[in-house]
Formats: sequence, structure tokens, C-alpha cells
Amino acid sequence: MEKSDIRKIVIDIIAEIAPDEDLSNLKDDVRLRDQLELDSMDFLDIVMELRKQHNIEVPEADYPHLESLQSCVDYLLPKFNAKK
Amino acid sequence: MANLMDRIVITGVGLTAPNGNSLAEFRKNLLSGCANIQRIDMRYMGLVLAGVCTFSATDYQSKKELRTGTRAGSIGIYCAHKALEDSKIDIDAMDKSRIGIYVGITEHGNVETENEVYQISKFGYDTRFWNHHHNPRTVANNPAGEVSINLGITGPHYTLGGACAGGNLGLIQGVQMLRLGEVDMALVGGVSESIHTFGIFAGFKNQGALAEHADPNKASRPFDKARNGIVISEGGCFFTLERLESALARPNAKIYGEVVGYGINSDAESAVLPCSQRQKECVDLALNKAGIKPSDIDIVNTHATSTILGDIKECQALREAFKDAPNTHFNNTKSFIGHAMGAAGSLELAGNLPAFEDHIVHPTINVEDLDPECALNNLVINKPKLLTKVDTILNNSFGMLGINSVVIVRRYEAKI
Repeated sequence: MEKSDIRKIVIDIIAEIAPDEDLSNLKDDVRLRDQLELDSMDFLDIVMELRKQHNIEVPEADYPHLESLQSCVDYLLPKFNAKK
Repeated sequence: MANLMDRIVITGVGLTAPNGNSLAEFRKNLLSGCANIQRIDMRYMGLVLAGVCTFSATDYQSKKELRTGTRAGSIGIYCAHKALEDSKIDIDAMDKSRIGIYVGITEHGNVETENEVYQISKFGYDTRFWNHHHNPRTVANNPAGEVSINLGITGPHYTLGGACAGGNLGLIQGVQMLRLGEVDMALVGGVSESIHTFGIFAGFKNQGALAEHADPNKASRPFDKARNGIVISEGGCFFTLERLESALARPNAKIYGEVVGYGINSDAESAVLPCSQRQKECVDLALNKAGIKPSDIDIVNTHATSTILGDIKECQALREAFKDAPNTHFNNTKSFIGHAMGAAGSLELAGNLPAFEDHIVHPTINVEDLDPECALNNLVINKPKLLTKVDTILNNSFGMLGINSVVIVRRYEAKI
């Protein structure tokens, strides 16, 4: 998987969790919370959807890695590739 | 300051029923004989008959709120906004800590729990896949709490679990809290999301109490010999309740009616079988509280749900309670919309309120062959009936475990 694949996966999940948000101009290096109306429950939803849809487990201690699109991609890419 | 003699009036109505998303639309369909029951696909069961609401939930909620909340909460939010709009009250100009939200429910949480169990069944029943939204969705105060959050109302909010008497209980609670001085305004009524839980359908079916008919709109047929059970519906109805003095202080207030009496009692006999004697006593309780006689009642909205025994038992109670009331008329609203469970009491009362102005009793429909055991003097069958006046309406709502509730509303007259 490429970084762009992971980025799309994360954006697709956010689109489900925050269906009212415009995701067309998300900045990769800015905190998601600073660009979108996301709260801690929404981040739990992201964790759940990664688990359900992709069998990816994000331990609580790693939640800070979901801070921005860039940090998500950096954190999740090895996890996705390790699945293979 | 408590004043137990405070007069409490209804100044707003917001509702969603299977045949109407406003009181005007609902009333129009009740007077023109338009039911709206359909077949829906029920998990594990296949097609079942149900009353489905079509209100626009996104008028008052974001898509995200709809995703995380419940159908009951969404119904409540729609009804609350509509009731407030109807009453022309700007709650942002009020002390929101003095507004109460009292919502009757038959049940809550079945839908959400069934959905989660179904959902984790796809993952080998691994509870790591159990949604963290489950608890806020299923706490018993959810349908009232979602309204509180949506409208920023910081006064008390809670539900009243009263089985199918719930809608009346919500209203009664509001009356009591206004009289106790606990709140200055209340959003009251009931909601139901029960068509989204297979358990309710399967329970009624296995009890032999789930309606079936080739024509869905003829399935809910109280008092007819061929009736064979309940049509389950979703829906909701909230009233804006306030003290008469606060309504009169607003020049644009429309007073639908004054809540003059109510009664709640218990059969203390059976979990499911109704008791005529206790139902009659509940009617008497409400009449006594209102200080009026049975003959003062112009319309009785019956609770009858189209079950064989339930309809007979209620008619026995009503024949006894109104034996000296030759001019009292009886009707039924479930014949149009099915049984809206926790919303039934408030929805059915709402459907009758316009009779204060148009003097028309909407009928009970689908009676092709009246069951002699359900015969009532002045039962308005299949066609509306115009009366010379409608001053007082009595609304029955009864529920499982033997809870009975009766509400009496009188046309508002300034000089009473």
C-alpha cells in the first residue's frame, strides 16, 4: 500500500463519521480537530472503523498518532503493510 | 411558588405520525379517512405491517447527530421544534433552566441493543466491535436528553416509562411540574421508535396480537369483528404546556385547550390482560379531578388497539363509565395510524384537539362488521360526525403491566 491509499482510507472513514464536513481541502499537516468539528467520541469512531473495516488495531496509547492526516498515514502505513 | 390551582394550557403542538407531519396534515387525513400503513422488511421476520413516519430529520439535526443519536431522539427533536414554532415562543429569550422536557415512552433501548448484537454477530460476537455510543443511546432518558442537548434546554429532562400509556404520562407530568412551580414551561408528550425492533413485532406475533390484513390500511380495525391485532407504528407528539397566565401574557398565543383533569391507576392483576373495572375507575378519577360529570365529555378518544380482548374490555369500561352520558361520542385514532406506542396518548389527543374549533369527531375507520361486544352509544364509525359543539375531550391510554391513564382537555374560554 502507498501513502495515498492510507490517506484515502482515513478520509473515507472521516466522511462517514463527520458527514456534514467538507473534506475537499483538508491539510495533511494540520490537526484534524483544528480543521473539523471532531471530538474524542469521533476519534473513538475512527478507531472502531479501522478495526471493523480493516482489522487494524490502534491501542489507546497510540491515539495521538491520529492527530493529523500526515500522522495517521505515517502511523498506519506500516500497520496496513504488516497485514500482508 | 407552588400553586396547585394553576390552570395549565396547551399552546403548541408538534407531531409526526404515519399520516402527517403537522397537526393540520394529520387532522386533514383523520377527517378524510386516510390511513397510512405499509409493509416493511423486519430483520429475521420478513415483511410486517407498520406505520412509518416521513418527517425531515435534517431540518433540525446534522447528519452527524443523526448518526450518533437514536430514532426516538430524532422524533423528539422534530416534535419539540415544531411545538415551539407553533407556540411562537422564543426559548432563547427565556430562562432555559425553567423549561422541563417530559417524554413518555413505551420502551427504549431495544432498537439500539438489537442493532449492536446484530452488528457484533458479523464479528463472531467479539465485544471489541460493540459501539461506544451504545450507552448514551440506550439510557432511559435518551429521547428527552437528545431534545435537551439539541435545544440547549437546561431544565429537567427525563422520560416516563408507562408502556402504551406513556404519552399521557408525559403530559400529566408537565401539568404537575408546572403546578408545583418547578418549571415555567414544559415540552411534553411521547415518542416511539418501536418499528425498528424486531423483538416488539415478534413478541406481539407470538402472543397472537400482531395484525395482518391483505390491505395494510385496513389492518388496524378496532371494534370490527375481524380485527386480529396491533399494527405497530413509530411517531411522536409534543405539546407546549404553560400556565394560563403566561399564555395570556403573550398576545400571539394560541390556546388549544386547558388540561382540566387526569388520572393514572393500576390494574394490579396481569402483565398483559386489561381490567375494565380499573379502566373505569381511572376515567372516574380524571372526571373527579376535573370536577365534571361523564355527560360533560363530548368526545372520548378510545385507546382500543384492535386486539380481540383489549377492545372488548375498554368498551365494557366505557359503557359503564358513560352510561348516563347519552351525548358523549367515541372514536379511535389507531385505526388510521396503528399503535404509536409511547406516542399514542399524545398523538391521539392532538388529533382530536381541532374538534374544539371545527366541532367534528373524526371516526374510527375499518369497521365493516361491528363486534356487538364493542358496541358503544355514539361510536363514530367510518365517517366523521359534526356536532353542535365540542367543549371537552377525554383521552384514554392504557399499557402493559396494567397502567391506565386518562387526560381531559377543555376548550379554553376566557370567562370560565
